[in-house]
Amino acid sequence: MTALLDIRNLTVEFDTPGGTVQAVNGLSYRVEEGETLGIVGESGSGKSVHILALLGLLPTPPARIVSGEAWFNGQNLMTLSDRALREIRGGQIGMVFQDPMSSLNPVLTVGRQLREVLQRHTGLRGHALKARMVELLDIVGIPHPEARLSQYPHEFSGGMRQRVLIAIGMACNPRLLIADEATTALDVTVQAQILDLVRKLKADFGTTVIWVTHDMGVVAELADTVQVMYGGRIMERGPVRAVFHDPRSAYTWGLLKSLPTEGARTQKRLYQIPGSPPNMANMPAGDPFAPRNPFATERCHTEVPPLRNVDGSQDHQFAAWYDLPALLAREAADAEASS
Amino acid sequence: MKHFLTDLYRSKAGLVGAVLIMVIVLVSLLAPVLDLPDPTRGDLRARLVGPTWTGLFTPGAHPLGTDEVGRDILSRLINGSRITLLVATTAVVLGGIVGTILGILAGYKGGLVDRILMRLVDIQLAVPLMLLALLVVAALGPSLRNVVLVLALTSWIRYARIIRAQVLSLREREFVQSAHAIGASTLRIMFLHILPNVLTPALVVGTLELARVIIMDSALSFLGLGVQPPTPSWGRMLADGRVYISSAWWAVTFPGLAIVLTVLSVNLFGDWLRDYFDPKTRSAK
Repeated sequence: MTALLDIRNLTVEFDTPGGTVQAVNGLSYRVEEGETLGIVGESGSGKSVHILALLGLLPTPPARIVSGEAWFNGQNLMTLSDRALREIRGGQIGMVFQDPMSSLNPVLTVGRQLREVLQRHTGLRGHALKARMVELLDIVGIPHPEARLSQYPHEFSGGMRQRVLIAIGMACNPRLLIADEATTALDVTVQAQILDLVRKLKADFGTTVIWVTHDMGVVAELADTVQVMYGGRIMERGPVRAVFHDPRSAYTWGLLKSLPTEGARTQKRLYQIPGSPPNMANMPAGDPFAPRNPFATERCHTEVPPLRNVDGSQDHQFAAWYDLPALLAREAADAEASS
Repeated sequence: MKHFLTDLYRSKAGLVGAVLIMVIVLVSLLAPVLDLPDPTRGDLRARLVGPTWTGLFTPGAHPLGTDEVGRDILSRLINGSRITLLVATTAVVLGGIVGTILGILAGYKGGLVDRILMRLVDIQLAVPLMLLALLVVAALGPSLRNVVLVLALTSWIRYARIIRAQVLSLREREFVQSAHAIGASTLRIMFLHILPNVLTPALVVGTLELARVIIMDSALSFLGLGVQPPTPSWGRMLADGRVYISSAWWAVTFPGLAIVLTVLSVNLFGDWLRDYFDPKTRSAK
């Protein structure tokens, strides 16, 4: 497998009245061709910002891309001209945004908005163009696609609008589809339908997908690889199964523990990660998660842990100074002894 | 279109406005075939003749009376409406196009472009519009073209202000980012994605401006800086007839009524148009 997207040492800052905010801190990762990467993190973890930076969609100023490269298909996205980036956006990289209610222009018909991306990036016109538009709506499971093309966004339900957005994102057969919180605004049943749809599209077209979300459940459903971000850094990254069964970062552990488990009959309160996200303008010196971490050691507060491999694993990486499995085992033993 | 008409029919005020506008426009368009007396030819033997009910049916009579040099007031009103409507609509459309484009530019581009354009607007707003109009007409000389230019000049700032405010909020909406994400250029986003969203407010400003510009045109004519005599214009008729208000009320009343009716109908129709195009009030019906 070859890397379709290779991000190296990406750092993004924002100049705000309260000082310089480090939104993304030396981020490096690779996405392989055909892979589905789930990026998880809470607000301010830099997950959305680095995606926007990648596509040149961040307003500069206030944003500033301090350093970094992003190799996509042999081109460094960070040094491309605006014109060349516009060629890639919507063409080779498709994008689906968070809010299906406001991501479509309310005064233009759905067909007009779908046509725009096709005309921009493909040579289709006339009957072939129309046929492709109908085909796309059909692929994403919208009934009566022909009639739907001449309707306005307000005549679509939330789930249908999200389908339209996916159709727009997929319109030019992109090699990479990036979805930023694409199911967050939808209710659970619709969310499940959309996830099914994306899985089916992946199977049919082999598209590489980056799915940005804060929902661990969605990642478990969809992704091959999960990447947990906090404070603009990667805390842990690896195959979904490995990360979910054997979390090495206390942050991942906290996120997993705060999920409601199916069939749990006990009236136990859900776990809650203590504290609140860090003030980005004034980041802690060491591990950004240290102030909220019950397992934090002396060293966590002073020194940033590097991302390193889990012993005996090729692809499971984490950034922590402590040994989480050992700490959890000791805690369990203590609980046993005291009861 | 069908929905447009049924909705209009249901709104009494909007319907009245629309019908009045249609009558006014129709009459002014049909003026050449209506067999009216020459609006510029006076008859000193028939000065300040009062209006008569029977005048409508007897040829050569004056149903709305005559002015101080014996010209037929009805004919002058109808012929004057051609000038007034022409001047007002051209000025409003011209100002609307310029104002909307500059408003989108200022709102979307922001920064220096925005600051320069908006300071220009501020400066112009600081000078009384009438004074500005007087200055320009006095400098360029009164003519149909100059009156249109002056009125458009007083009009564009209102569009620019309102459109800019709309664009400021529109450009933060996600669909703009979506458009960026499919590779649309800035120019394309401004005029294919933002413009359709501000056409409704532009249309509403347009109807309000039309009413204001008609009054302003009359005021300019009243001051002698509008269209020059003997071409009939409502403001001019008002100015000339004012002297005889105590002895010949019809000389000022009818042109005044014409202005009031036109402005009122445009306002009524504009009001309804705003409601019609606002998705919130429309979906409630």
